[in-house]
Amino acid sequence: MIEVQDLHRHFGGFRAVDGASLRIEPGSITGLIGPNGAGKTTLFNVIAGVLKPTSGRVTMAGEDITGLSPHVLFHKGLLRTFQIAHEFSSMTCRENLMMVPGGQSGETLWNTWFGRKRIANEERALRAKADEVLEFLTVSHLAEQRAGQISGGQKKLLELGRTMMVDAKIVFLDEVGAGVNRTLLNTIGDAIIRLNQERNYTFVVIEHDMDFIGKISDHVICMAEGKVLAEGSLAEIKANEQVIEAYLGTGLKNKDQLEGAPT
Amino acid sequence: MDFLNALVALANFVIVPALAYGSQLALGALGVTLIYGILRFSNFAHGDTMAFGTMATILATWAMQSAGISFGVLPTALLALPIGIAATGLLLLGTDRLVYKFYRVKKAKPVIFVIASLGVMFVMNGIVRFIIGVDDQQFADGERFLITARDFRTMTGLEEGLAIKTTQVITVAVAIIVVAILFWFLNKTRTGKSMRAYSDNEDLALLSGINPERVVMYTWLIVGGLATIAGVLYGLDKSFKPFTYFQLLLPIFAAAIVGGLGSPVGAIAGGFVIAFAEVTITYPLKKLLGYLLPDSLAPDGLVQLLSTDYKFAVSFVILIIVLLFRPTGLFKGKSV
Repeated sequence: MIEVQDLHRHFGGFRAVDGASLRIEPGSITGLIGPNGAGKTTLFNVIAGVLKPTSGRVTMAGEDITGLSPHVLFHKGLLRTFQIAHEFSSMTCRENLMMVPGGQSGETLWNTWFGRKRIANEERALRAKADEVLEFLTVSHLAEQRAGQISGGQKKLLELGRTMMVDAKIVFLDEVGAGVNRTLLNTIGDAIIRLNQERNYTFVVIEHDMDFIGKISDHVICMAEGKVLAEGSLAEIKANEQVIEAYLGTGLKNKDQLEGAPT
Repeated sequence: MDFLNALVALANFVIVPALAYGSQLALGALGVTLIYGILRFSNFAHGDTMAFGTMATILATWAMQSAGISFGVLPTALLALPIGIAATGLLLLGTDRLVYKFYRVKKAKPVIFVIASLGVMFVMNGIVRFIIGVDDQQFADGERFLITARDFRTMTGLEEGLAIKTTQVITVAVAIIVVAILFWFLNKTRTGKSMRAYSDNEDLALLSGINPERVVMYTWLIVGGLATIAGVLYGLDKSFKPFTYFQLLLPIFAAAIVGGLGSPVGAIAGGFVIAFAEVTITYPLKKLLGYLLPDSLAPDGLVQLLSTDYKFAVSFVILIIVLLFRPTGLFKGKSV
């Protein structure tokens, strides 16, 4: 689905992503783990077009997508969410979702004045879809709330909902679980699995919570210092000496996290 | 009777002129605030954009007048307005392509945009002076007064007269219509919503598939419209002189900042705050106090708090007070 070849992204002298290569198989849920500062989010940013790579190539289904801008990638079905949830704070949750599919006919000045009927039909369909998504995520009651006022966990759900407004092919989730309570985390996990099975979404998930990774993903990639350190099932990763060392370098707590997780 | 006279004097010299001036400032400040909210920089070329739009409208007005076209009791300039707006829109899209786009692609810091806009300001300034000259131009025609001071006096039998100029009524009416359309556009249409979304969270807007270049284009077109309308209304009400428009930059920015940069409602409120403050402080209160106070206390001097020469100082002082005590403005815009 996605193939990253020898990707570099440097900030001055700092090599955030330093020659990472990886493949994401279609229909998989891949977990991306690694200690803080390993370059996971930068990798996401480069793939999603927010940052231009210093060098290297990204291909999606064989097509070179290196350095395309985010809104172009969006229309190719590549979506991402943010580590810290983003939202249009002055709009309601429903409006937030309805913003999503860019390139609607209401976006040209001509149609704004002369294509009212077409826009109205489109809006109606969008509205129904947004309500369906809110229902799916079990947050229908938030439809009329301003997105700036809902809780952090609910914003994460809203982010996930945003990817459901279009037929995404691949979705990059950046720490969907961070700062979210267990119940909500389960809802998010279930939603991810259902989307993967029912709509055949491919997911790449950055996550620090190994329980969560173990629950949803079949394949785990571990990054450290801008490179891919190891790949395999969660059990293999946990047994990998290099991975343990990479985590140990950042403190014992993380090692406990690795060992404490169920296999 | 004295109280009524005082009220009429106040309306004649303060309220009516300030309402008209406030509407003009509000329209100007709306343009500044839209650019700030969506393109994220303070556009110093806005005053001269207004001058360019007005100049284009004046030229179109003259062409219409010589062709014998008139708008009855209303100024011909209103008919020529669409032409002026179109010309200004093209100019702004051109400068964007030529200047700002380069920096946008490079993701330059806002301060670089500000300096670039300063350069654009000088160029626009030069273009306007080159084409129409630096002199005062009167281009208002049609009926001059809705009510003259004399008519008002004979009508009501009061000592004080209330003169309402046609241009003042037109200014307020046009401003109300334009603001209503703008708010409908921003809040109800898909294009407006994507502009708000882009202003609220640029990253997310991009990742929601909103085309940034399109948002930028519409912003410039709307700003061109607002600037031209504001400039023409000001020119009709007073007169057109390129240098005055450059000076208008200060009260306009003060209005936008007082209201809260990036907030359209704030821009309108800010426009009126600045206009009322400016007009009240530079208006001689002698007459008003003469009516209200007993004769023994009636003032001898003009009781003018500040000479009209210093009227721009008023915006400046208000600006500084707001920046000191409430930097985000009255309506919680982005902090400066």
